[in-house]
Amino acid sequence: MRRKEPFKLTAVGVIGFWLTAFALLPNLLLVVASLLERGGDEFVALILTLDNYRRLFDPLYLGVLLDSLWLAAATTLLCLLLGYPFAYLLTRMPARWRPLLLLLVIVPFWTSSLVRTYAMVILLQTNGWLNQLLLDLGWIAEPLELLYTESAVIAGMLYALLPFMILPLYAVLEKLDRRLIEAARDLGAGWITIFRRIILPLTLPGIVAGCLLTFLPGLGMFYVADLLGGARAMLVGNLIRDQFLSARDWPFGAAASVLLTVLMGFLLWAYYLSARRANRGALP
Amino acid sequence: MSPRNAARTAYLVLIYGFLYLPILVLIVYSFNDAKYSLEWRGVTWTWYRNLLDDPDLLQAALNSVLIAALSATVATGIGALAAVALYRYEFFGKPLLQGLIFVLMMTPDIVMGIALLILFASLSLPLGFWTLLLAHITFNIPFVVVTVLSRISGFDRHLLEAARDLGATEFQAVRRVVLPLLMPAVAAGWLLSFTLSMDDVMVSFFVTGPTFEILPLKIYSMARLGVTPEINALCTLMLGATLILILIAQLLLRERT
Repeated sequence: MRRKEPFKLTAVGVIGFWLTAFALLPNLLLVVASLLERGGDEFVALILTLDNYRRLFDPLYLGVLLDSLWLAAATTLLCLLLGYPFAYLLTRMPARWRPLLLLLVIVPFWTSSLVRTYAMVILLQTNGWLNQLLLDLGWIAEPLELLYTESAVIAGMLYALLPFMILPLYAVLEKLDRRLIEAARDLGAGWITIFRRIILPLTLPGIVAGCLLTFLPGLGMFYVADLLGGARAMLVGNLIRDQFLSARDWPFGAAASVLLTVLMGFLLWAYYLSARRANRGALP
Repeated sequence: MSPRNAARTAYLVLIYGFLYLPILVLIVYSFNDAKYSLEWRGVTWTWYRNLLDDPDLLQAALNSVLIAALSATVATGIGALAAVALYRYEFFGKPLLQGLIFVLMMTPDIVMGIALLILFASLSLPLGFWTLLLAHITFNIPFVVVTVLSRISGFDRHLLEAARDLGATEFQAVRRVVLPLLMPAVAAGWLLSFTLSMDDVMVSFFVTGPTFEILPLKIYSMARLGVTPEINALCTLMLGATLILILIAQLLLRERT
C-alpha cells in the first residue's frame, strides 16, 4: 500500500512520541545522572565520574545491597515454594471451578499493596491476631516481637507478591501436556524423574517470569520495609528513596537505580533463554 | 474425599486464607467500637464518620479520583491507538516500540519514579498535578495496550478490509468498525488504569509535591505513625471501591467471549 495514511501516522506518532519522551528519555537521563557528580545548588554537577558506582561497593552500602538481595531472594524462594504447588493444584481442579479460583487469586493482586501491607501490620503487631492465636493455643507464654523484624518484611513482601508468582506459573502449568507425563510413567519413570526431566524444563519460563515479577519489586518496595521492618530492614528501594529525599545525592541514587535496571536486564535475558529452550523442547 | 484430596484442599484453603485473612481483619476492625483495644466491642460507624469530617483527607481522595480518571482516559486513548497500530501496521522502529512497552511494564516502580523525577527536574517542571498526571498516564499505557491487544488478536481482519474496500478511510474504518468491537477491552483497560492509578504509591511518591496530595500517599504517611481505626476504615473503603471497579471490568471482558 502506497496510499497516504494520516491515521497511521497519527497513531504511530502519538505512541512513539509518548514512549520516547516519558520512557526512553527519562531512563537515558537516569544513566547520565548516575555518571555525574553531586551538585551544590543544582541537583547534579556536570562533571563525569564513575565514583557513584564505586561507592555502591563501599561496605556500608554493600551491606544494604546484600541485605536487600537476601530479603528479595528469600521472598522469591518462598513465593516459588508456596506458589508452585498451589498453581499446580489449581490446574488439577474441575474446569468449571478454575475461573473463579483464579479470580480469587487475582483480586488481592488488583487491590492496593499498600493497603495489604497495612493489613499485615495489624495481623503482626504485638497485640495482633497472630500473637493472640499463639497465646490462646498455649504455644507461647509471652507475645512475640513479630513486627519490625526482617521476618516481618519477608512476610509482607511474600503477601504482596505471591499472586505475581502464582499467575505465570498457572499459565505454564495449564498448558503442560499431560500426555507427556503419562508417557513417561508408562516408560517407568518415577515422580522425581518426571518432575525433573519433564515438568520442570517445560515450566521453566513460568518460573523465571514469576521470579522476575517478585524479585525485582522485592528490591524496591520501600514502604513494606518502612511499615513492617521499622529501622531493622533497609531495601535498595529505601536507599534510593533516601538519596532523593533526605540525602539529596541524586547521582548516587541514580546509580543504585541503574543497578536495579541492569538486574532486570539479566532476568529478562534469563527469561528469554528459558522460553526459547522450552519452546524448542516442545517441538517434535 | 480421599486423604490425598483432603490434603490438596487443605493446602488451597491455607493459601487463600493467607491471601484473605489480613484483609478480613482490616475490615472487621474498621467497624470495631474501640480505639486501641483489639477486643470486639460491637459495631460502630465512628471511624467512617471521622473520615468524613477530615477536609484534608477528602481533598486527597478527590485529587486521587481526578488523577485516576484523567490519566486513565488519556492512557486508554493512547494505549488503544498503540494497540491498533501494533496490530495493523508495519513501521520503522516497531520492534523498538514493542520492546519499550514491555520494558515499561517490567520496570520496577521505584526506577520509573525517579527516572521521571529526573526528567521533570531537568525540565524545571514544578512537582504537582501535571507531573503526577504525566507519570500516571505513562505507567498506565502498557496495561491498556496489553488488554486491548489480547482482544484484538481474535479480531476478524476481513471486516476492516471490507470497510476499506467500501471506501472508508483508515480513520473511519477504525472508528466505525474496530473501535465498537474493541469497546469491552477498551473499557476494561480504562478501569484497570483507573485502579492502578488509585493505588499507586511508589511512582507518585517521587513525582508529586506538597501542593497536590493524593490518597495512597496520605494513607502511607498516616500508617507510618501507627495503626488507627480511621486508616482501617479508609483502607476498607478503598478496597471496596477497587473491588467494584474490577468486577465491572471483569464483566465487560467476559461479555461476548
